[in-house]
Amino acid sequence: MTTTPLRRLLDHLVLGLLAFVFVLPVLYLLVGSFKPSDEVLNGLSGFLPTHLSLDNYTAVLNSFDSDATGYFWRFMGVSVLVATVVVFGGLIVNSMAAYGLTRLRWRGRGAVFAVLLLLMLVPFEAVAVPLFYLFNEQRNTLYIQAVPFIANAFSVYQFATFFRAIPPSIEEAARIDGAGPWRTFFAIIVPMSKPVFASVAILTFLTQWGSFLWPVLMVSDPSVRPLPLEMSVFQGQQPVDWGQVLAFGVLLVLPVLIVFAFFQRWFVQGVAGSAVKG
Amino acid sequence: MTTVEPAAAVPSGRHQSPPAPKDGPARTARKNRDWVHGLLMSAPALGGLIAFVGVPFGYAVVLSFYNVRLGSPLEPTFFGLEQYRRLFTDPDLSGPFLRALLNNLTFAVVVVPLQTGLALALAILLNRKLKAIGLYRSLFFLPVVFPMALVAVIWRLILARSGDGLLNSALHAVSFGNWGAFDWLGDGLTAMASVIVLSVWQGVGFQMVILLAGLQQIPGELYEAAQLDRASRWQQFRHVTLPGISGTLVFVALLTSVLSFRVFDQVYVLVHGGGLDEDATRTVMYQAVTTAFDQNNIGQASAITVVFFLIVVVLTLIQRRVVRPGTEDRS
Repeated sequence: MTTTPLRRLLDHLVLGLLAFVFVLPVLYLLVGSFKPSDEVLNGLSGFLPTHLSLDNYTAVLNSFDSDATGYFWRFMGVSVLVATVVVFGGLIVNSMAAYGLTRLRWRGRGAVFAVLLLLMLVPFEAVAVPLFYLFNEQRNTLYIQAVPFIANAFSVYQFATFFRAIPPSIEEAARIDGAGPWRTFFAIIVPMSKPVFASVAILTFLTQWGSFLWPVLMVSDPSVRPLPLEMSVFQGQQPVDWGQVLAFGVLLVLPVLIVFAFFQRWFVQGVAGSAVKG
Repeated sequence: MTTVEPAAAVPSGRHQSPPAPKDGPARTARKNRDWVHGLLMSAPALGGLIAFVGVPFGYAVVLSFYNVRLGSPLEPTFFGLEQYRRLFTDPDLSGPFLRALLNNLTFAVVVVPLQTGLALALAILLNRKLKAIGLYRSLFFLPVVFPMALVAVIWRLILARSGDGLLNSALHAVSFGNWGAFDWLGDGLTAMASVIVLSVWQGVGFQMVILLAGLQQIPGELYEAAQLDRASRWQQFRHVTLPGISGTLVFVALLTSVLSFRVFDQVYVLVHGGGLDEDATRTVMYQAVTTAFDQNNIGQASAITVVFFLIVVVLTLIQRRVVRPGTEDRS
């Protein structure tokens, strides 16, 4: 197919315009976060970059300054801590299980894998209520926000699909050299499986960072409140300080955007892969 | 791990011959140990899944047969199918639940074709060689990385009821001042439409990326051949693109329908502060959470959970059945 310069220009025009309209809400968020609060909800001029300043950001960082309001860096800290534990704990636990289930031969592994596939059918929403009831005594703790999400049937499945495609000769070589299954896994298999680790990590991080349903049920104490839940609480307070709410929103999404910017390729592969293999 | 050495050394000789079966008799010694290692390796994940998915799910089924309330001094009593009867037929109690079911169904019936169709259009539009095409793809994918709680807040401003809301003032401008303020989120007629629009905006990039991957697997020669046969663009779409992507398309549609029944975050955020019409937008999960959390009625919330699960499981099983031939690799 040959493309003329005119045709290309037209493509750019159409795509550019569509993309611009599509990201308008994001622009509105960004512009509004730098504007005085009374100019944010202000019709179409809410888009105009007038009286820009960092005031909203400094206010967000400083106005959460008591145990009653919580502290911004604590919300951020809780989110970062929970996401880190879930992502890295999950990478270790789920990849190990996938290896044990696909590359080691033992009686019963087929049955275990079948159970795993069945558990994949159960979305978190289907266990949220009983978990809430079972762990009611552990409400407002950090670990109850993270621990239930470390083991993940879908992650195991993603790892398993990848490990199955590794030629057996690689492990045979390692084993001839005297490496047991654990060393073979950590020293040989893990280093050569970077793509699957990257896409599982990113998919887990993305889901975990926006996690909302579980914190709604389990967290009321501001000192262990993650960012998305505080976003909801903050925007629900009357009167709404729109400039600050939007600045808070930008700070909430910034970490994901940074990860997205650096690992874009893995994002898209992880997402597309999650579907093709799901 | 040095103990494995002698056993591991044996198959080395066997594997000189390429067609040797994977499971030669010489490997039995090692297989015995693999049993221990395999189980140990899968134990943490398996334990976690049993503790946090398997057991709670079974417990939900059990709880749904009881009259259990959180913080109630009364002992839970066996209730049989009473919770389910109440959910579906009790004149006083079934109202909100049936409404939630209907809302969720409406949401799914609109969102699945809308989002899949839009995603396909975008994927086709973005499946071309062009400078900076990656940038365009990223821009349409961007909202996918936004936490739903934030998306809801942004759209709360866009759909604000005052004349200063973005949509209201845009309509005011294009109608030469004939459009007054309209409460998009608070009006029962437009509340669900608002939730649908913001959900599609957030999620369409996800489906787009999957469909784009599907489109790129259609061999370019097919289009070249079609062009040689002077097929029009529509004919190319109809006879090359659609058949080439139908498997992915069905998959995406079913995936979206499962996701549609899990809707919760945006409804919760917009009801708690955004003035969203609660009755017009409550979903099954929203109903489960309010029943468990606000009313402390664990038994009934568990029954809702079980109904929710049955819907999702039926959709997922259809999805697996439909998608298996073709796109699935061996498993």
